[in-house]
Amino acid sequence: MMIQLEDCTKRFPGGQEALSGLTLNVDKGEMLFITGHSGAGKSTLLKLIALIERPTSGQVIVDGQNTRRVKRRKIPAYRRQIGMVFQDHKLLYDRPVADNVALPLVIAGVGRREAARRVRAALDQVGLLHKEKRNPETLSAGEQQRVGIARAIVTRPKLLIADEPTGNLDPDLSLEVMRIFRRFNEVGVTLLIASHDISLIDRLGCPRIELDAGKLVEHVDEEDPLWP
Amino acid sequence: MAVTRHSDAVAPVRSSGPLATWFSRHVSTAGGSLGRLIRQPFASLMIVLVIAVTLAIPAALNLVVKNAQAVSSGWDNALDFSIYLKRDITESEAEGLARLIGQRADVAYVQLITATDALEEFKRQSGFGDALDQLSDNPLPHTLVVRPSPANTSQSMILLQEELANLPESDLVQVDTEWVQRFHAILDIVRRAIVIGATLLGLAIIVIIGNTIRLDIQNRREEIEVTKLIGASNAFVRRPFLWSGFWYGLLGGALALGLVQYGLFLLKDPAARLAGLYQSGVSVLAQSLEESLAILGVGVLLGLVGSWFAAARHMRRIEPR
Repeated sequence: MMIQLEDCTKRFPGGQEALSGLTLNVDKGEMLFITGHSGAGKSTLLKLIALIERPTSGQVIVDGQNTRRVKRRKIPAYRRQIGMVFQDHKLLYDRPVADNVALPLVIAGVGRREAARRVRAALDQVGLLHKEKRNPETLSAGEQQRVGIARAIVTRPKLLIADEPTGNLDPDLSLEVMRIFRRFNEVGVTLLIASHDISLIDRLGCPRIELDAGKLVEHVDEEDPLWP
Repeated sequence: MAVTRHSDAVAPVRSSGPLATWFSRHVSTAGGSLGRLIRQPFASLMIVLVIAVTLAIPAALNLVVKNAQAVSSGWDNALDFSIYLKRDITESEAEGLARLIGQRADVAYVQLITATDALEEFKRQSGFGDALDQLSDNPLPHTLVVRPSPANTSQSMILLQEELANLPESDLVQVDTEWVQRFHAILDIVRRAIVIGATLLGLAIIVIIGNTIRLDIQNRREEIEVTKLIGASNAFVRRPFLWSGFWYGLLGGALALGLVQYGLFLLKDPAARLAGLYQSGVSVLAQSLEESLAILGVGVLLGLVGSWFAAARHMRRIEPR
């Protein structure tokens, strides 16, 4: 089991509940989508896994680690095990694409030569090797998102979480991003992707859960993909 | 060898040795921070200049005191004192006494200045020659100028003075160097004042650098958030800011050194002229290598402390949301 949420509730200081009593298991090697309209708790769920937030009650266990036992000081090391992709890419625009992708490796203390090799491999996987020296600002939204993905996978994490990764992309680019995710899934990476683009998810045929007001309302198992 | 603790640097990915990694990481961070300073030359220069002036002031004052001490230490050796003999002592009696005192082990040398010689010299120097000619009687006593042997301690010196003052022939013993001691006491006070002033200025530097780093952190808030989001520790995000503080301190220290050296250069000629007037071989003392290194070291230390305070205070608050 890669992710286990047991009766998780997240209540914010204002009193509103982003998650209420959510229980969810994600197997190793699974590619699971989380759907639901905005405010349903998709982002909060991902934040609990990334330890950006902690649950008000309940447990979150990621790859055998109970996040409750991860001390504040150990959060950075914990986060380094997880690849993260964001809707707004969160790239740094003061440095070229290659340096953006290299950042997790620099943080992890990987040697320069090894890092350069891995950066090129990661950029190759998202089809942007020829743009490694460009500033991300000069790239299209789809390309920027692919840089974000390259950065998320450059450390070869076992788990990749993505919050609305195609939120700003048109259907063709969205499909391309999903294909990239699919390829990672094929080599064993567990993916948890929050998205409201149900038609796209249906085309992929991946299992999905739907959240509404912080509760699990639907669990759709894997189907034959409409899109091969 | 520096012992480093980076408990949270354990990552699923790792290749080169930890020390080599640590070192190369620091080298590249240091270079990056310096590059950032250079890319904003005007703002950086202003801060460096403020630090330099703040460091240069106490350094220069210290140099002034050091020189004053060096000059006055020349006088320090002149511990001569004068014994004014009683009026009724004759010249031959005085000569005998001079010989007697001159034989003492704790006396190096005795010079007799007869009343006649003293009056002659006074006439020459005071310009009252004609008026003094009117005197029927020489009002001056015979004087013995005693130079104690250099082997004397300050206690034996006092003892010697007391013994000579108690001689039946002596009227008054006057230590010629008391004012030197007073001067030294003043220098001591000045030196202490410099230490206090330097401490306050050091605090000012910490505040200046801390504030600069704080603004820098605010400007790079987004970057810090993103790096933390993808697993950077507080130590990691703090590092470039500590290096910025280091560079500010080092460059400020170097410029302070330059300012002091330039000041010395400007003072060289007038000081040489002054020394010429006093016919002394005294030349302006430059800063020693240790003092120069100390300025750089203090600059670096204050830079690190200032940036550390700012980083520790503001970094914790920036957490990804």
